[in-house]
Amino acid sequence: MARKDFLDIASLSREEVELLLEQAVPFKELFTRSVKKVPALKGKSVLMLFYEPSTRTLSSFEVAAKRLSADVTVFDVPHSSVVKGESVKDTIDTLQAMRTDYIVVRHKQAGLPLSIARQTRASVINAGDGAHAHPTQGLLDAFTFKEVFPETDGRRVLIVGDILHSRVARSTCTVLRKLGVEVAFLGPGSLVPRHVPEGVPRFTDYEEAMKWKPDVVYLLRVQMERLDAPFFPSLREYHKVYGVTEERFRRIAGEGTYIMHPGPVNRGVELCHAVMDYERSLIDQQVENGIAARMAVLYSLKPGGER
Amino acid sequence: MAMILNAGQIAEAVVSLAAQIREGVGESKFAIVGIRSRGDEVAERVSALLREAGIEHDNGMLDISLYRDDLSHLEQNPKLQSSEIEFPVDDARVILVDDVLFTGRTIRAAMDALTDYGRPRRVELAVLIDRGHRELPIAANYVGIALETERLDHVLVRLKNTDGEDAVELVKHP
Repeated sequence: MARKDFLDIASLSREEVELLLEQAVPFKELFTRSVKKVPALKGKSVLMLFYEPSTRTLSSFEVAAKRLSADVTVFDVPHSSVVKGESVKDTIDTLQAMRTDYIVVRHKQAGLPLSIARQTRASVINAGDGAHAHPTQGLLDAFTFKEVFPETDGRRVLIVGDILHSRVARSTCTVLRKLGVEVAFLGPGSLVPRHVPEGVPRFTDYEEAMKWKPDVVYLLRVQMERLDAPFFPSLREYHKVYGVTEERFRRIAGEGTYIMHPGPVNRGVELCHAVMDYERSLIDQQVENGIAARMAVLYSLKPGGER
Repeated sequence: MAMILNAGQIAEAVVSLAAQIREGVGESKFAIVGIRSRGDEVAERVSALLREAGIEHDNGMLDISLYRDDLSHLEQNPKLQSSEIEFPVDDARVILVDDVLFTGRTIRAAMDALTDYGRPRRVELAVLIDRGHRELPIAANYVGIALETERLDHVLVRLKNTDGEDAVELVKHP
């Protein structure tokens, strides 16, 4: 029986994750055809409900839904009556009356997609809720990783940056660990959660972390809006201590380590300019794979189905 | 449950299909495209016989799941497999191959899937078994065996690579 909603990675079994990743493959193959569209969701409607700004995730979902022939409506939150004080519940009631089949939601409050899912027959997809989860990002990261390393068990991924506030870190770490990948964190002591999952090494020093021999260094985006927080160093300081500098890049390239980043990249902060042309940078693949992974998620859900 | 075709009879039907196709295509270039799943296995066997007879052609496979007209009615969407169409479809003569022709809905889906790869010059249909009861205006150009069935009967085809053995059974509607 198909699931109704896609809210987090944690509640999926390894088998479910593997199936979604497997299903993303035929979707990606469609992108080489002259007609990239298939009629699977013809007549269905997908509503994009983004309470937080997003360009990449929003357009990735939009392209995915359109390639499945769904009708897409972007609910323009900043200009909507939400700013006039309409509650999320009122908004959902309105949208329910529109009989939408899928709702893709992003909100700064963790758990909001779940409460929407409970109030509607529509399938709800979490496109990022607070610091909780960003499950389609996790899925596309796992898909990208698996394209390079089909045998995932025992591989190593080092996640670098503000782990504490990052839903990407959480979802990507969860999905990779479900696939048997070893994950470690590197970041300023104040930005790595005190309680990390069991078996996840924490590093504060780049040299130490690289001695752990990761197959992939995964750089989190520095969220500029957090820069004024007291626990965050300056950009220059961040680059020097946790960024892929020219010097670190030479070492990474020398060892053939892959690089991932959820985008958009702050050049000169998370990584130096040279990395953008690195043949083992998977950043462009991540963007393309995001569409395929989101198509696989949309295809796997059944509105009105079991929760 | 009655076995209506054994391995030998299935093999004969495949030989007959290959012979009909050979006659049908004459000297023209063509491609054999199997519809997943089981149509691809029938296609492979037909292709092998044609190659043995020195008749070269292109090959491909289609998964039509995304083109089905009943997805909204299913509790779970079918598992997708890859489609493999490596030859240029534009201006090609394509023979679609399936195991059983019944309502014709699968073939409608296959034609839609195929034309998203290009505009073929001509599309034909070869089926191992035609069991009747069409719901769309579709007919096969090449038929291995025509079976008389009731609308609600089930025709179960098992093929070696997919199911471990060659057999066709008819399950009567009670």
